[in-house]
Amino acid sequence: MTHEEGLESASGRPAGNSGRQDRRPARPASSPVGPLAAADGATRRFGELLAVDRVDLAVAAGEVVGLIGANGSGKTTLIRMLLGLVAPTAGRVRLFGEPPSRRTRARLGYVPQSLGLYEDLTVAENLAFSAAAYGGSEAVLQGELAEARDLLVRELPLGLRRRAAFAIALAHHPDLLVLDEPTSGVDPLQRARLWETIRASAEQGAGVLVTTHHLGEAEQCDRLVVLASGRVVAAGTLDEVVGDATAVEVRTPTWEGAFGALDLAGLPVSLVGRTLRVPGADPGRVGRLLADAGIQAEVAPVPASFEETFVVLAT
Amino acid sequence: MSPSRAAWGCQGLSVRYGAKLALEDVTFEAPAGTVAAVVGGDGAGKTSLLRALAGTVRPAAGTVRRPPARRLGYVSAGPGVWTDLTVDENLGFAGRAYGLSADELDRRVGWLLDRTGLAEARDRLAGRLSGGMRQKLALAMAVAHEPDLLILDEPTTGVDPVSRAELWRLLASSAADGAAVVVATTYLDEAERAATVLLLDRGRTLLAGTPDEVLAATPGLVVEGAARPEGIPSWRRGARWRAWSPDGSAPPGTSPVTLDLEDAAIVAQLREDPGRAA
Repeated sequence: MTHEEGLESASGRPAGNSGRQDRRPARPASSPVGPLAAADGATRRFGELLAVDRVDLAVAAGEVVGLIGANGSGKTTLIRMLLGLVAPTAGRVRLFGEPPSRRTRARLGYVPQSLGLYEDLTVAENLAFSAAAYGGSEAVLQGELAEARDLLVRELPLGLRRRAAFAIALAHHPDLLVLDEPTSGVDPLQRARLWETIRASAEQGAGVLVTTHHLGEAEQCDRLVVLASGRVVAAGTLDEVVGDATAVEVRTPTWEGAFGALDLAGLPVSLVGRTLRVPGADPGRVGRLLADAGIQAEVAPVPASFEETFVVLAT
Repeated sequence: MSPSRAAWGCQGLSVRYGAKLALEDVTFEAPAGTVAAVVGGDGAGKTSLLRALAGTVRPAAGTVRRPPARRLGYVSAGPGVWTDLTVDENLGFAGRAYGLSADELDRRVGWLLDRTGLAEARDRLAGRLSGGMRQKLALAMAVAHEPDLLILDEPTTGVDPVSRAELWRLLASSAADGAAVVVATTYLDEAERAATVLLLDRGRTLLAGTPDEVLAATPGLVVEGAARPEGIPSWRRGARWRAWSPDGSAPPGTSPVTLDLEDAAIVAQLREDPGRAA
């Protein structure tokens, strides 16, 4: 897929490594440089710890890719490799078709979870500073953010601070946006507005890589890459990742007793309203456990949610 | 759920910090044996409501019904643990503060370590735990004395999905044992697991009820389509658009969706302040 075939590191992996899914959609043949960001068998070892293990990932122009993983899944290390802050110990990472460097970095917009704003400067001063650093033009502020341009960042509510960080990251029209937990802490309408901004960037041709802990956010992405213990355990659209995974749904007038019985048996039971769900469980076993506890219940397999699928994949 | 079980909560509650009205006329009920979610963004008033329920701020108006302090468990936002003490020491400290005897303490600490998966980390300093483990420890400390009312302020913020599922399992376990559980979150998909939901926005109630009641009470129609519908408030859902049609008609090129709490919350915010529709 990539136009350069050589591996950067000594410990090359065999091409077409089997056993791992690669559901990247075929890129248009006319695309001259391939993906904006690509990890090909990217591996990073810290001493004994294999933080990232032969990960393939590609972000093409115009698409929003979600990188999902639990703590310790290797998500942060992978992002740091893509940003050029950490070198792979094996495999290869490319930004805009070349190794990450100061030059490629200038075509990238990054919003860390901490937002990376100077709290003691005003919004306008943050913008001017960033524009000077990137050599680009200053962002045009709109609406509430324009009204807040002369306020110190630390005085702003979180929603506006997030919008300021977005405005700064987008001011130099980056080709690739990397967003870490982009809507953490804001209300539903502000979250929707932030996603409108992200989508508008993608529609104007930027590639977007979003990392998130919040699985509702995964629904906003075109494609997901799920990491666990440094490896890609699933990739594709949300529907593809969930596939035919099931949960067992338990309906009973006495959910408290049923919860206790299933919990005691070590099943990953969850409560939704007054209904219980057990991702990845065998309905027969659930039924027997409840019967043994003298609990009457309707037990039925149902399609798993993404969150349930993720927890089964990650544990 | 027998009706005789206690319902904690508040009626017409307002909270004021100096000139700032943080919470205005909020009524909320947390029945025993259920999980109630308080949802809203930064500055919505979640923490003010939780503090008033816990009795750590005095209401400017309204009444609060809560058990005595010794029957209450509270997990504040932030670390909530003593970072210089070990896991064991944190649990012991919390248990003794609530007046557990040495025997009770032994029994509870063993059970809690087992349930939270913290047994292997019992001698580790709390400051050296991951975010998810720290939140589980904070929760374990708050339930050491088996409280009647358990209040948690954003226990899952910054917590990874695996730990989040474990935390919710622990909350459900407390509810199954009869506690009234009140949990604040910024995430609507999390609130969908709760028996009741209260959505706050700038200190006021926007939505309240069971998730089904909240969805049923949403007026008009939420539609979706490939292009942004003209003339009605709209927002993104993935690559598609969603929009709210107040008169219940689906504009050309759109079709009605099965509403979820995220949509209901967005509609409620748009209705509250049409100026934010832009």
